[in-house]
Amino acid sequence: MIRLPRKLTILWILLAAALLWPLFSWGLVHAIWSADLEACRAARGIGACWGVIVEKHRLLLFGRYPFEEQWRPLLATLLIIAVLCAACWRQRWQLRFAALAGLALLLAVALMRGDIGGLSPVPTKLWGGLPLTLLVSLGGTLLAFPLAVLLALGRRSSLPLLRSLCVAYIELIRGVPLISLLFMAAFLFPLLLPTAWRLDILPRVIVSIAAFAAAYLAEVIRGGLQAIPAGQLLAARALGMRTWQALLWIVLPQALRKALPALVNSFVGIFKDSSLISIVSLHELTGALSLALGGDADWRSFYLEGYLFIAFIYWAFCFALSRVGKGLETAR
Amino acid sequence: MLRPLLRWLPQILLLCLLALLLGWLGHNVLEHMRERGIRAGFDFLLDPAGFEIGEGLLAYDASQPMWRAFLTGSLNTLRVALPAIFLATLLGVLIGLGRLAEHPLLRRLCGALVETLRNIPLLLQLLICYFALTGLLPEASNALAPLPSVLISKSGLFLPALDCSAACTLDLPLTEGFGISGGWSLSPEFLAVLIALSLYSAVFIAEIVRGGIQSVARGQIDAARALGMRPLQVLREVVFPLALRAIVPPLGNQYLNLIKNSSLAVAVGYPELVSVANTSLNQTGRAFECIVIVMAVYLTLSLITAALVNLYNARVALRGTR
Repeated sequence: MIRLPRKLTILWILLAAALLWPLFSWGLVHAIWSADLEACRAARGIGACWGVIVEKHRLLLFGRYPFEEQWRPLLATLLIIAVLCAACWRQRWQLRFAALAGLALLLAVALMRGDIGGLSPVPTKLWGGLPLTLLVSLGGTLLAFPLAVLLALGRRSSLPLLRSLCVAYIELIRGVPLISLLFMAAFLFPLLLPTAWRLDILPRVIVSIAAFAAAYLAEVIRGGLQAIPAGQLLAARALGMRTWQALLWIVLPQALRKALPALVNSFVGIFKDSSLISIVSLHELTGALSLALGGDADWRSFYLEGYLFIAFIYWAFCFALSRVGKGLETAR
Repeated sequence: MLRPLLRWLPQILLLCLLALLLGWLGHNVLEHMRERGIRAGFDFLLDPAGFEIGEGLLAYDASQPMWRAFLTGSLNTLRVALPAIFLATLLGVLIGLGRLAEHPLLRRLCGALVETLRNIPLLLQLLICYFALTGLLPEASNALAPLPSVLISKSGLFLPALDCSAACTLDLPLTEGFGISGGWSLSPEFLAVLIALSLYSAVFIAEIVRGGIQSVARGQIDAARALGMRPLQVLREVVFPLALRAIVPPLGNQYLNLIKNSSLAVAVGYPELVSVANTSLNQTGRAFECIVIVMAVYLTLSLITAALVNLYNARVALRGTR
């Protein structure tokens, strides 16, 4: 803790008060909480109109998904959140849990897609809102993870050609913005694959997010690997294990456990970055807002409230996850 | 004899596999282009661009070649990224200091600010800023004037400018009918990107600054105070120079992130590199070339930034520990 000049402290606090008070009075004191257009219009500029959320929450949360079928994305979202929570609380990650989580995620995707068990099929272009955000960020991370482990191991390998390939991939991806990869998914992937393979935009976007995330996750995992003393590998080799066995059963588990807090933080980053897919016209949380308000002349003027609601959802997820990450850091 | 073979053979096989994959992808691209009648190559850079760019540092119009459009876009990226780096550093230092302040209210406020801003996607913050600037401010005809000759309205911020074409005079912005003329104008798109980018990066820089200051040994600060230095002096003469060693490397990473994040400006229509490339891509269909240009420019910018930060780091680092 440090002592700051008194004038600076007072200035800082006055500035904060000057900014926070209008926000408090606009957002809470004079706010309209019911979906009452007249009252909202009257309070414009004085109080927030949270009624717009009440009116439009289905579109905001689930996008263009068919209205009568929206119990399906709701169930899928709850499933994914349950998996996330279980993953956070679980002290020891057992194989059984991983299998169960994978099953739950597949079930969530099946629920969204339909076409089995008597559910009507819903094409991915109608998916949207919170479930899409969750699926893209989780799917991207899960796809990225194996690649990231391989890249991290490759970067530390003694084979020069392999090492330089991994370094080149990691540094190239880390040097360019995610949006250029998303443009690749939107415009270039169809050109790269044979004409016969028509890949939907959603899997293309998930693959490019995975390709992006893999480079960042690889660096985090490399940090974990570096923290494991060389003696571990040598001891395992002395016991007669092959190098790959020693890496798989001795080094990697320890390295991943060391890297876990940083991995959680990376996931928070990917979760936030998934908002970028609205730029390639997928209507996840951020993109769903223009869907909900853009075409409605009555409610169009209450964009700010909609944005703040969506910001709150992101904040809640990211804050909770980063707390979990911090907990993991101190738990050891 | 066998060992080098075992060492190199898998690597060479991997390389061959990769080359095959790339060749296959390239073949597909050429196949598609032939089908659709698109020509490949960078020759389109010499053709007239055919689209306007709203703002920029260079004189530009639609009849100029495409490479000029890309250059204007790249300069627009720098035009917003460099001031944002400056603002973010300034704010980041202030917020980082605030998080360590003895005053509990100030500490909590800064903590809340950091936790709020870093847990909301930058894109969303950018859209909120843009909406606030274009949706909530008054029309240009009755612009707000917080200071004399400083006008804020839906059409942006207008500041007095120094006009030295003939003799140096002050060019003041004036409301004229439905618009504002004269002065130095900053578009709402530019302002939204600048504000959102600076605030978002500032909270990350604040955490770096906090970590750096916490790494300064307590005794150094106590000793400085015991010598009778005032708080500001302690900060400037003792804390900052010592903290800088821990701050500079991660700060460089943040600068790299900021430059890359400036690509989100495409969402509000600020004509930076990605936005120009997007327009050009839609117009010419040269997806591959446009994406390659974008990646190449960002890689170059990243390398230059990294080199500059490393140079500076070499100057502040403890001698002999690098």
